[in-house]
Amino acid sequence: MSILIENISKHFGQFQALSPLSLDINEGEMIGLLGPSGSGKTTLLRIIAGLEGADTGRIQFGDRDVTNLHVRDRRVGFVFQNYALFRHMTVADNVAFGLEVLPRKERPSPTEIKNRVMHLLEMVQLEHLASRFPSQLSGGQKQRIALARALATQPEVLLLDEPFGALDAKVRKELRRWLRGLHDELGFTSVFVTHDQEEALELSDRVVVMSNGHIEQIDQPGALYASPNSRFVFDFLGNANVFEGKLENGKWQNLQANIVLPNGAEQKDGQLYIRSHEFFVSKEATAQANLPLRVIAINPIGAEVRLELTPIDWHSNDVWEIDLPHKAFDKNCFEKGQTLYVTPKAGYFFAHDAQQPVLLNWETEKVQVTEQA
Amino acid sequence: MSSSKHSSSQLRVGDSPLVKWLLIGLTLFLTAILLVVPLIAIFQQAFVEGAAHYFNSLIEADTLHAIGLTLVVAALTVPINLVFGVMLAWAVTRFEFPGRKILMTLMDIPFAVSPVVAGLLYLLLYGNNGWIGSWLYDHDIQLMFAWPGIVMVTVFVTCPFVARELIPLMQQQGREDEEAAVILGASGWQLFRRVTLPNIKWALIYGVILTNARAVGEFGAVSVVSGNIRGETNTLPLHVQLQYEDYQAAAAFASASLLAMIALLTLLLKAFIEWRQERSLKIEAEKERQVTQ
Repeated sequence: MSILIENISKHFGQFQALSPLSLDINEGEMIGLLGPSGSGKTTLLRIIAGLEGADTGRIQFGDRDVTNLHVRDRRVGFVFQNYALFRHMTVADNVAFGLEVLPRKERPSPTEIKNRVMHLLEMVQLEHLASRFPSQLSGGQKQRIALARALATQPEVLLLDEPFGALDAKVRKELRRWLRGLHDELGFTSVFVTHDQEEALELSDRVVVMSNGHIEQIDQPGALYASPNSRFVFDFLGNANVFEGKLENGKWQNLQANIVLPNGAEQKDGQLYIRSHEFFVSKEATAQANLPLRVIAINPIGAEVRLELTPIDWHSNDVWEIDLPHKAFDKNCFEKGQTLYVTPKAGYFFAHDAQQPVLLNWETEKVQVTEQA
Repeated sequence: MSSSKHSSSQLRVGDSPLVKWLLIGLTLFLTAILLVVPLIAIFQQAFVEGAAHYFNSLIEADTLHAIGLTLVVAALTVPINLVFGVMLAWAVTRFEFPGRKILMTLMDIPFAVSPVVAGLLYLLLYGNNGWIGSWLYDHDIQLMFAWPGIVMVTVFVTCPFVARELIPLMQQQGREDEEAAVILGASGWQLFRRVTLPNIKWALIYGVILTNARAVGEFGAVSVVSGNIRGETNTLPLHVQLQYEDYQAAAAFASASLLAMIALLTLLLKAFIEWRQERSLKIEAEKERQVTQ
């Protein structure tokens, strides 16, 4: 079922949790609401569910206006962050709850309910736990039971609040894949809230990035990564290093450090955002850039080695992070405390008066030549 | 020698054997003279003229009436405060509204104020010359110096018990369970009966036991509004005093022994419920441990 959100806003006392915002969700789509805490993503989810009322605007499920419809009658599935399983009921009773509270006319017979519950438990692969209590389950199992319970009444909209927040990395990954499979198989429309960019990018058809109660950007994961349209999205979506540059003689200058403007760059002051893997690293300055940094930490992370660096004789608000393949790292044998120079390969330039960035590429061959020299 | 040195070096401040046994001894001594000896004395005094006299004094008409009235008062007070307590706890833990904090403070007034003052307040309001009382008098309704007045002040004095037990528990449990139930389509009553009530069951029973104990034993407030009419508005605690003033010491102690027994029964129930609660927590913890293993 499609969901239409139009001009929804919400105050809590003096605090503006949501500025008027609109969002169109297509039938069968999986949408990730991504943002830091306090960005209003959970509030938006709760308004869609009907757990909170909006101050303005309206919500439509398909052709049906549900703005003033009680939670009970919206018939959405909702999975809570802490699962909210009923602790005094068995797993089977938890899953059956939504069916047992149906009005007598719509309620299936006890045997029918039993069959449906067993079917749901099979679907989440936990039929052997039917008579256990929630306190006897692991986090991942609770999560799946919560999902089975939410799906028992066959809702066409499934809402999930930080569904994998409390699970360890391995279980999280497994459940993510499994949820995506279930979504594609059953064809409901899903909206989930997360603060984990990896989760949002991996799971969603489209990601809605939120901050301070409004929507920053709505895009498919690939497009979002390739063309973030604001500083906020850039900051939030992945380890970017920021170089604050003043234009001087075709270079962006920051105290002793500088970067040569590539072809096609705006002749303006501004900030250059460079992702952690878009660098060449060398022991000398290159023709393209003079960015001296000191290594303060070396962390091997999976396929890459992450270097943490602080600027030498220039200024940056944050520690810089640079990811290198093991091969490149081994070749250079960097050590803690060592000085090294980095050269950007690609970056996004925000002119000081601009909201939108410009993608820049340096001539890579030239850089490579200098690096080998 | 070396081992004793070792163990003494592990002692925390105030853990020396002298301090420890002094504290334990003093506590036990005070418990004995303040609590245990008086309790025994009640029963000893009650039976001082023999068991036959004890039972005879209990089946005396006025005493039976006092017992009956006390039970009626408790039987009315407990349900009223059960409903009121659940409503109050629900309101302050599930809703945000202006004055919520003030309400939570006001709720404790019956604990903070002396019961005699509470009784006087009711007398001033509902007595024949009071604001509401004069109107009631014109309509031939008498609340003070009659059993309705006794019930009213008892309700007042005992009203925080249930809410006091429920509020911390309901705050800790949060509202997610209830939200989940409503989203799944539960009606208000289904929500309360199938989700809220099972979660607060033991705390509720505990609150009821405390309410009942206080309702049975209340003296101060009741004595102001009852008028002490023997065989009519005398509750058991008032009856004890009357008998004692009439130099019927053994009979007074016999009646008092009933109150003491109710108190002991309350303690027993309380211990049982605490044990049940602890056990269910322990079982849960045990189950959780098994899962993680």
